[in-house]
Amino acid sequence: MTQEGLRARFLVSFAGRAASLFSLLAVWQATAWLAHSRLFPGAGAVLATLVEDATHGDLLHHLGATLARVAVAFALAMTIGTTVGIAMARSRAIDTLLDSGVVLLLNLPALVIAVLLYVWLGLTEAAAIGAVTLSKLPAVVVTMREGARTLDRDLADMAKSFQLGGWRTFRHVVLPQLAPFFLVASRTGLALIWKIVLVVELLGRPDGIGYAIQVFFQLFDVRRLIAYALAFVAVVLAIEWGVLQPLERRLTRWRR
Amino acid sequence: MTVGISVDIHEKQYLGHAGAKSVTALHNLQACVAPSEFCVITGPSGCGKTTLLNIIAGLDRDFAGTVHFEPIPAPKIGYVFQNPRLLPWRTVRENIALVLPHHGTSAKLDALLAEIGLADAADVYPTRLSGGMARRAALARAFAIAPDLLLMDEPFLSLDAAAADRLRGLLLRLVSTRPATVLFVTHDLTEAVQLADRILVLSQAPGRVLAEMPITLPRSERRDPDTFSRLRAELSRLADHPVARRSDDSGGYPSLG
Repeated sequence: MTQEGLRARFLVSFAGRAASLFSLLAVWQATAWLAHSRLFPGAGAVLATLVEDATHGDLLHHLGATLARVAVAFALAMTIGTTVGIAMARSRAIDTLLDSGVVLLLNLPALVIAVLLYVWLGLTEAAAIGAVTLSKLPAVVVTMREGARTLDRDLADMAKSFQLGGWRTFRHVVLPQLAPFFLVASRTGLALIWKIVLVVELLGRPDGIGYAIQVFFQLFDVRRLIAYALAFVAVVLAIEWGVLQPLERRLTRWRR
Repeated sequence: MTVGISVDIHEKQYLGHAGAKSVTALHNLQACVAPSEFCVITGPSGCGKTTLLNIIAGLDRDFAGTVHFEPIPAPKIGYVFQNPRLLPWRTVRENIALVLPHHGTSAKLDALLAEIGLADAADVYPTRLSGGMARRAALARAFAIAPDLLLMDEPFLSLDAAAADRLRGLLLRLVSTRPATVLFVTHDLTEAVQLADRILVLSQAPGRVLAEMPITLPRSERRDPDTFSRLRAELSRLADHPVARRSDDSGGYPSLG
């Protein structure tokens, strides 16, 4: 596709997104106006609070704490999950050995994992991050195992006959085939992890968006509650649009 | 340096999974190929031609028998598969550069790409290539490593006659300037007669060598229609009504031409 074509497509998608966001805000503001209650603040009031707390309040501190937990748990879950998933796809013995563990974790509610780890490890950072990582891990394992099972034998034979060696085969033949699965796991992973992080913070951490939400809940401060949640959604959207989507375009460039 | 090959396969079986019967693909197959020889292997479909190439390439080690290379025990092998098997996420140039032991040979690579008619397609992703161009790219990749031995598994299948003919011409030009032993599998007798120094005819599965037909006539002289149809008829007779295989040259099939 030409540069002009790409730019036109970007503008169209940008305009579409702006329109959809604007209509959402309009519906919200109209509902707040009709409800006319402290418990249903309008978009304007929430945005004002957001700006106020970001510049003068604790919002950035809590946001930073939560983001750090998301980043560490995400990195751990993706690294361990990818490694284990590939190992399970390649070895029947490892697959049999770990399969029931994966199924167990897959069906264990994140809340149970978090409570158990807090009981066993105390209300520590390690317990919090461990709980989030363990909640996300099985989904990554299953996705990456599926990906590794569909690896193309013909390309593997090609790599072998041209004696590409282990590293070049992995880098140029295997990884590109796993990339779509990795992207799917990242996408769903990010969405899942930040929700679990909030629960874990609410249960046993002295900072983070989850902790703040609990405080605002007790104060019935719906305006701040929504403002803090929106701040986090904005960051996740920025990661989606600023990192994941460009990465996906780069990785699938050859399809066009 | 080109290599000679001696293959002695006692048996190659594909084990049946989940109750399916095992299939014997090759049985008592002996063959020798001389250095720099262009040897065409033909036979009915399913007779184990591809299996034989995979065994020689070292991709399949699960068989009873031996494969020896002389004088180099582990020759450089360029394999052109039935499908081009290019990495779709790498451009043509990247696909070829990938198989080279060290990068930084771009001038040589450009020359090869130009010679094979890929100069304009060098930076294109394989999904955008026509069938003929993709096959040229696979050919370029095999020649890029300066192979001692070229294995070709029906590399021009499913191309239209004119395109296949152009690629056969290209292949012969490349082999003439870059000597290599060639093992070329095809079920197309016309292609076999055009290309071969010697043709091996395999039997129905389990495959063994049924007959062989050396062709000493220069390739340019094979183009004469009468000569060509005589050679093709001879090969067709061998493929359809094989005589017991003769391994010695003296009393074997006459060297035609």
